[in-house]
Amino acid sequence: MRIAGNGLLGEARQVAFSFDGRRFTGLEGDTLASALLAGGVRLMGRSFKYHRPRGVLGAGSEEPNALVTIGRGAAREPNMRATVQEIFDGLEASSQNRWPSLGFDLLSLNDLAAPFFGAGFYYKTFMWPKSFWEKVYEPMIRRAAGLGALSGLPNPDRYERAFAFCDLLVIGAGPAGLMAALVAARSGADVILADEDSRMGGRLLAETREIGGQAGHAWAAEVLAELGAMANVRLMTRTTVVGAYDQGTYGALERVGHHRPRHSRALPLECFWRIVARRAVLAAGALERPVAFRDNDRPGIMTAGAVRAYLNRWGVSPGRAVTVFANNDDGHRTARDLVAAGVHVAGVIDSRHDAPLSDAFEVHRGARVCGASGRRGLESITIRSVAGESRVQTDCLGVSGGWNPSLHLSCHMNARPLWRRDIAAFVPAPGAVPGLEPAGACNGAFSTAACLREGAAAARAALADLGRRPAGFDLPQAEDAAYAITPLWAVPGRGRAWLDFQNDVTVKDVRQAAAENFRSVEHMKRYTTQGMATDQGKNSNVSALAVLADATGRGIAETGTTTFRPPYVPVAIAALGAGGQGKGFAPERLTTSHSASVERGAPMIEAGLWYRPGYFPAPGESGWRQSCDREVNMVRGAVGVCDVSTLGKIDIQGPDAGALLDFVYTNRFSTLKAGRVRYGLMLREDGFVMDDGTTARLGETHFLMTTTTAAAGEVMRHLQFVHQCLRPDWDVSIVSVTEQWAQFAIAGPKSRELVNGLLDTPLREGDWPFMACGPVSVLGVGARLFRISFSGEHAYELAVPARFGDSLFRMLLERAAALGGGPYGMEALNVLRIEKGHITHAEIHGRTTACDIGMAGMVSDGKDCIGKTMAGRPGLVDPGRERLVGLKPSGAARQLIAGAHLFAPGGDAVRRNAQGYITSAAFSPTLGHMIALAFLRHGPERIGETVRMVDHLRAIEAECEVVNPVFFDPEGGRVRG
Amino acid sequence: MRISCPICGERDRREFHYRGAALTRPAPDAGEAAWDAYLHLRDNPAGATRELWYHETGCGAWVVVTRNTLTHEMPGCELAAEAAR
Repeated sequence: MRIAGNGLLGEARQVAFSFDGRRFTGLEGDTLASALLAGGVRLMGRSFKYHRPRGVLGAGSEEPNALVTIGRGAAREPNMRATVQEIFDGLEASSQNRWPSLGFDLLSLNDLAAPFFGAGFYYKTFMWPKSFWEKVYEPMIRRAAGLGALSGLPNPDRYERAFAFCDLLVIGAGPAGLMAALVAARSGADVILADEDSRMGGRLLAETREIGGQAGHAWAAEVLAELGAMANVRLMTRTTVVGAYDQGTYGALERVGHHRPRHSRALPLECFWRIVARRAVLAAGALERPVAFRDNDRPGIMTAGAVRAYLNRWGVSPGRAVTVFANNDDGHRTARDLVAAGVHVAGVIDSRHDAPLSDAFEVHRGARVCGASGRRGLESITIRSVAGESRVQTDCLGVSGGWNPSLHLSCHMNARPLWRRDIAAFVPAPGAVPGLEPAGACNGAFSTAACLREGAAAARAALADLGRRPAGFDLPQAEDAAYAITPLWAVPGRGRAWLDFQNDVTVKDVRQAAAENFRSVEHMKRYTTQGMATDQGKNSNVSALAVLADATGRGIAETGTTTFRPPYVPVAIAALGAGGQGKGFAPERLTTSHSASVERGAPMIEAGLWYRPGYFPAPGESGWRQSCDREVNMVRGAVGVCDVSTLGKIDIQGPDAGALLDFVYTNRFSTLKAGRVRYGLMLREDGFVMDDGTTARLGETHFLMTTTTAAAGEVMRHLQFVHQCLRPDWDVSIVSVTEQWAQFAIAGPKSRELVNGLLDTPLREGDWPFMACGPVSVLGVGARLFRISFSGEHAYELAVPARFGDSLFRMLLERAAALGGGPYGMEALNVLRIEKGHITHAEIHGRTTACDIGMAGMVSDGKDCIGKTMAGRPGLVDPGRERLVGLKPSGAARQLIAGAHLFAPGGDAVRRNAQGYITSAAFSPTLGHMIALAFLRHGPERIGETVRMVDHLRAIEAECEVVNPVFFDPEGGRVRG
Repeated sequence: MRISCPICGERDRREFHYRGAALTRPAPDAGEAAWDAYLHLRDNPAGATRELWYHETGCGAWVVVTRNTLTHEMPGCELAAEAAR
């Protein structure tokens, strides 16, 4: 019921929305909850376990009951809190966990069976038969118990992540937060003020208290106007700080799009912020807790503070005849505000015998509410006092069991809160989070004046830490009443008294947990499920542990709390992982020849983050093998061009560059002549092979190292480690130039002809022997030429600055075609290298030694190098290790498979008889049969022997002959020719 | 978590690659026990640690970070090149 003249919405625009298909009108600034209450709706949801009818309990993000689904189709969002969701034109909300409708829910039969469904019911009941759990029990329980459902469709909404930095982060914009922000901002600090509400002001918007002679909300507006005009202040509304982390880092969730129609996708739905603050003030306020009594979950029963918020902020009275049940003075304010607004107050029930009396309404001193009736909406309550029991007709009961400071963030780094008996509440421990100062209600200071005082003091302390002088400032006058409370957690009596509304946990459940010896608060939580689910027990944790403390005969302080963990409110995984979907998860690295390759129809395959062409299909070719075989023959017979830019290129310069290379490679590079290239092998410090590649000496103090594509990053890191951590005195600089150069392999008997067609000064016979390198000029562009070969053919690699890569590649292909050549892809490259016995990371997979790959001789005797000491361990040089060999089929079966295992002929193909395994296999068009590289025990000593290959997965066997791993041109005549 | 790179200033730990404990590489002839300890044996202290991080997406510096595993304090961060001298 909307009360004319009340609330802060004023002459707001009308907004049309729907709930469960029914059309409603609210005002701009309404939450779904306030608009529904204004429309007379009290029933907003069904409970998790018993499907009990439930109404709204609070007015903030802690809401356990009023969870709804917003929108429909793929974009629908389940479990949105009606107390947080703002209405907008066209908003479609629907209730959850009910069938067929909210008013008539068949699964509410669960409620009748409640005596059997107490704590531990699932654990005790669904035990046998064992096979029933997965197929019968779990699906059944999941259907019956639950919250809203996801659409099951891909999420069409956009999410973002962002970073922010400040001197002072103020969390919460109530009186304490506003005061802290104002003091810090006026003193020149960079301030971020974050508040989870759509409008800043905190409880000042919900109360009728004055500050400095004006209404609290008006004072808040004035402060916000001043802050908003300052360049050093950033105001973040709808932003919940959800976690406190190391070194002043805070996670925050901003609801960017939930309050707008979705047809425009220009804005994200949510943004996850990482805020780095040198200091922070926690001014998160406090949450009111209910008192448990029989059937205290009837729709229409809510916290007393929520009743005030609906009345004073949104101008809505949640009932026509309102009652209040309190154990403290604060609850009486709800009655006073209602009377002032002209709403009938049917009585205030205060459990204290010394409760204050009022002229405006009846106060039942020393009385308790012991029951409520009205299944789909409160109709009456039963009051018990020394005089006996009586009934009061009421459609709304505001309950106040006291306030719990919102200290959650102060516990995110493992601190435990402290119990304060005088206010019957936990408060943050001092120094709980380094750099975070609690202030105001979250620190147990409940009067407005105390909030202002603590906010200003916290800001001053932060400024002192930051080395800033606080600006002079007078605190405005405000109410400073003491907070008087006598704890009351649960009203004893028959029936179910609810503690945790969201998970349907009663006082009896907690007592039963204690009786069954789940006495630790953490055990009680898990046994009863109290404090789980989306609200994480914000309304119920303290009351539940108080009931547990009573049941176990311990004090509350001794019982303690469960662990507070981030996030403070539910955060969608999509928001946390924003930026990591699709290409954000794995960005693409494209070579300069990418478009030309795609234009030729080459399927691109992933190589780390890079994309490389698999093969280049020619007209009439129907499969990759056909193209691959042609490309291999083309390289062996004419000339082929392949982009090799993805290999890591590391530029190493300085007087000690040679020494560094000697130290990271097993073999020597300091003796390499300028204008020459050498193959190098790199070990890890544990003696196993890390990577291999060629390094060119471009000048006396200038080397260019090539790494494999896969290990480029690792090798760069390794070189920097070796230089900076092990040899910091060496004068050498290391920089990655992988992306600065486009490099193409030009391989085949006609490679020199192709290269010469492009060079401004053609190569002369004999000038560029195998493993020569140097600068050349390609059509006027400075380039580098390397006479190196991975294919075993007479070959070159030509490197140009990356901006010329695309045009050079196209030109090379055009000219190659005239020579009977063309491009070749990864498949052909792989066949060519296997034919030559060249290794890749298929062979140097992290468990192979220099000795295993036949390169023991490359470990130089005369110098130390990384990995040398450990490579000498007996186990790493044992000739009985699995060592590199070639295999070719020698029996009827001709297929060799990478990953297949090797056994002695005739023996059982079982693990203990394994002799080795195949790492690379291909059909060699050059030789006309399959070939493979393999690791075999005593391998090189067994050339000519027969082994049995077994692929257990595919059930394929083949007899193989052990051969030299260099299948083609073992003398190397072609590469030198 | 934030690491104060001596070159770049305080940066998010996502910019850094973690290696492990900052140790001194033994001499080639230090013996099996020393090498085994260097490669394989790690303390797991509840308290102060010295560890190597690489500012991979920043300046490329290897840094030695002093970190307290109990309090999450990071009182020190120096260039590994200087720490090694």
